[in-house]
Amino acid sequence: MRKRLNSWSWRMEGTTQTDAKIRTEYGTDSSSRGPGCSLRHFACEQNLLSRPDGSASFLQGDTSVLAGVYGPAEVKVSKEIFNKATLEVILRPKIGLPGVAEKSRERLIRNTCEAVVLGALHPRTSITIVLQVISDAGSLLACCLNAACMALVDAGVPMQALFCGVTCALDTDGTLMLDPTAKQEKEARAVLTFALDSVEQKLLMSTTKGLFSDAELQQCLAAAQAASQHVFRFYRESLQRRYSKS
Amino acid sequence: MTEAAAVAAESLAGSKARAARTVLGQVVLPGEELLLPEQEDVEGPGNAGERPLRLNAGVRSRVRVVCGPGLRRCGDRLLVTKCGRLRHKEPSGGSSGGGGVYWVDSQQKRYVPVKGDHVIGIVTAKSGDIFKVDVGGSEPASLSYLAFEGATKRNRPNVQVGDLIYGQFVVANKDMEPEMVCIDSCGRANGMGVIGQDGLLFKVTLGLIRKLLAPNCEILQELGKLYPLEIVFGMNGRIWVKAKTIQQTLILANVLEACEHMTADQRKQIFSRLAES
Repeated sequence: MRKRLNSWSWRMEGTTQTDAKIRTEYGTDSSSRGPGCSLRHFACEQNLLSRPDGSASFLQGDTSVLAGVYGPAEVKVSKEIFNKATLEVILRPKIGLPGVAEKSRERLIRNTCEAVVLGALHPRTSITIVLQVISDAGSLLACCLNAACMALVDAGVPMQALFCGVTCALDTDGTLMLDPTAKQEKEARAVLTFALDSVEQKLLMSTTKGLFSDAELQQCLAAAQAASQHVFRFYRESLQRRYSKS
Repeated sequence: MTEAAAVAAESLAGSKARAARTVLGQVVLPGEELLLPEQEDVEGPGNAGERPLRLNAGVRSRVRVVCGPGLRRCGDRLLVTKCGRLRHKEPSGGSSGGGGVYWVDSQQKRYVPVKGDHVIGIVTAKSGDIFKVDVGGSEPASLSYLAFEGATKRNRPNVQVGDLIYGQFVVANKDMEPEMVCIDSCGRANGMGVIGQDGLLFKVTLGLIRKLLAPNCEILQELGKLYPLEIVFGMNGRIWVKAKTIQQTLILANVLEACEHMTADQRKQIFSRLAES
């Protein structure tokens, strides 16, 4: 029991350090962020659950998602695919039962993961990702994608690249906001979420809501690609910290 | 927009394939590409075909590189598919420069059967002439009742459902059901077979097992000095341990579980404290 507590406190320390570092480096505190072009601070903790094969919790500002990955594990015969792994994503809302919105998000996350996971290496197995929303304060889908990626890395599932999610919001007067809060999302004219890979920052998935022009889409994509660099740098830092103790 | 372009250009420069030799022991992430030593001095893979003709060119290109877990061949480079520390082992036939085995040392919990691995399994079913053994992989392994020392058609081994088995994989690939045996190629048990009644089985990460089974592992030597013990390591992350009393068994199990995230100094402290009590 004592060992448990120790490792927990060490991890908590690590998380707070991360917060402080990111905040000082990019000045991305949610209160002090500039006119739209910065991310809220992130924090990530890996391997915090004992039962799943991989787990991670990801925080973006006040949005927080917990992810667990099981796999490559046994698969039901009805879901078995003979030449690749069956990928399954389950998204649990904070309260109540999952509805249509959750099902649609699950599908988007699953398609993103299928693009990067090398499922052909583990045929006739299942890889299950369970995402639990802990608090939703805007950019939920992006946070879910980030949590899923970190949990997949933790589980050691073979992947050809990492991925991250970035949400952009366009104001009524056309100003661009990255990583919007729930309030900003509500007031925005359009909300766009992209999933990008770490090798060439190529688009893996995009979902949009609202009205925007072609040029604005390109602008949002470019901003998301720039922001993804920060996320990937954060991934590297937090993974290096995890492997520093061994 | 200009800022975005600048960042993108920087990232391209940043994610350029690094030489495998320079990142040994460092953390690599999925998606990274690594250059092999023989490609470093031909300035990029593009002009490999226009290399000046050499008398001993054939000798130079005969460098054998083996991709271990977490790495894949991608053209003439190595693509990292798992997160962990990059490791390298020189080929056994002396240092020919550049060859050998590269792999990624990751800390995962899920086991994937590998041919030749020694594992601890739990018998889950008996059906006809085979046992089904749970080894923690994606499907149970099969174990023939003839694959025990001294077993014949008439003389069946005494194996019950729920027994622990220490065995070795003879068939393990992604497309087929894994198959275990409890004898070596000479038909000897060689330590394998059913594990005795008492003792404690617990699970740890696969990285810890590899660390403990490394030659001259100091943790094991320290444990051996502490109490007399019997211990079995399965490459699938399972450890079975038995000491004289239940209390000693539990202490050993706790120490083994805890030592994964400790530094060498912390370990020394723990062992000295245990030796006193």
